[in-house]
Amino acid sequence: MLTRALAEVFRAERPRVLATTIRATNGDFDLAEEVVQDAFAEAIARWPVEGAPAEPRAWLIAVARHKAIDAIRRRIKLRAIVAAVDPGEAFADEPVAVPDDRLRLMFTCCHPALARETQVAMTLRTLAGLTTEEIARAFLTSTEAMAQRIVRAKAKITAAGIPYEVPEAGQLPARLDAVMAVVYLVFNEGYAATAGDAWIRRDLCAEAIRLARLLVELVPGTSEPRGLLALLLLHDARRDARVDAAGDLVLLEEQDRARWDRAAIAEALALVPLALGGDAASGPGAYAIQAAIAALHAQAARAEDTDWPQIAALFGELHARQPTAIVALNRAVAIAMAHGPAAGLDLVDALRAELDTYHLLHAARADLLRRLGRPAEAAAAYREALRHVGSSPERRFLERRLAAVA
Amino acid sequence: MQYLLMIYDAEKLWTTMPEAERNALMGEYMKFSQDIRASKHMVAGDALQPTHTATTVRVRDGKTTTTDGPFAETREQLGGYFLIEAKDLDEATMIAAKIPSARFGSIEVRPVVRY
Repeated sequence: MLTRALAEVFRAERPRVLATTIRATNGDFDLAEEVVQDAFAEAIARWPVEGAPAEPRAWLIAVARHKAIDAIRRRIKLRAIVAAVDPGEAFADEPVAVPDDRLRLMFTCCHPALARETQVAMTLRTLAGLTTEEIARAFLTSTEAMAQRIVRAKAKITAAGIPYEVPEAGQLPARLDAVMAVVYLVFNEGYAATAGDAWIRRDLCAEAIRLARLLVELVPGTSEPRGLLALLLLHDARRDARVDAAGDLVLLEEQDRARWDRAAIAEALALVPLALGGDAASGPGAYAIQAAIAALHAQAARAEDTDWPQIAALFGELHARQPTAIVALNRAVAIAMAHGPAAGLDLVDALRAELDTYHLLHAARADLLRRLGRPAEAAAAYREALRHVGSSPERRFLERRLAAVA
Repeated sequence: MQYLLMIYDAEKLWTTMPEAERNALMGEYMKFSQDIRASKHMVAGDALQPTHTATTVRVRDGKTTTTDGPFAETREQLGGYFLIEAKDLDEATMIAAKIPSARFGSIEVRPVVRY
């Protein structure tokens, strides 16, 4: 077997093999990572000679598990192992149907007793299989600091008794929210920033989508993971069109829609109705609503075909669930698009006190004033936006707009 | 596993609250203790005298100094503790959330080292 083919098998199978091995080591992440590595090394030595096994995943898990048992036997007395592991589950001999433990792994990595940044790092390290160096590069920190963070997290999981389990039904919704927040954060880290290594950022988006897909597969009874997956696919579909050759941001309405990824959009559009169906008790969730908004943009052949009244209504729904000023601002902009700039300006002005240092509030005001034929006020608002803007592509964009009205 | 649940709240709150309210809160604490005793989670638990009764001891270069008051002045003070036996951190935090002071103070959950 070619080494490249082997490498692909390992990359695809590592999270699942690791997740089940962590259960077999009773939550010892370090030992599990070590024996999984050894199992892969053994595969590299044996598969090209003996031929690949019929079930590579089961083979890898069985080898890793045996190595873990050996290591535990060497480390502690046999009696202690019997107490430490559940023999019925973890040591069933050579299972053909291998249990999928990746969901446990997700919930443990995203446990609320770990800091959010640590949850993200642990998820990327164990479930996405990124190296510590890659994670450090993605979050613009040193490898040593990231390694330290991961070491501490593993130590806390063991010492504090963070369970390696899928939470019980009563806690599941809140805990699932935390997992989805981590996946969303991973995606945003790859999507929003324009600084840093482009390759690693693209990889973060791909990993986030992979994780969202996994949640859809592993928690089939809930609708929000579908909303999350659809939302990420729709954002990602626009990736190539949102930055021009000079690295400047291109507004949604000015993007070349021919460059959007139609396959990703089609997949997302099929998910949105399922996500919007919601769960009986709570109705559609925030990700589903945001996905529905992104879907309306994706379905418009030209910017002027966008169904703004529907988008404004969806932002109203979102605001009912997430009553933040940022959501209110988005709703105001959608209302301006649907019902004219005057209606939007009143709503934006009402948010001024709360969002006075947020550059997008002033940028939105400026745009509405421009459309109302009030260029002097528009210019003043662009200048106010420039006072608060952070990233340089956005600054260049605002400067171009200011030059156009001044 | 054993966990120490350390109860931090503002002592002032206890001394300034109307008596009826304080009695009701004490009643809640009694009920909580009974419940975790009945569920076999309880190992130990006590309320502490207020921080004005505290004494801090340090030994430096073989010399013992004793000072009045707690180690640090903070907004919330350690007012009591429960030592519990729990399956894992999730069970421990679920029990901690039932301590009455969790509603206005905070509970620090610390696993106990086993040698």
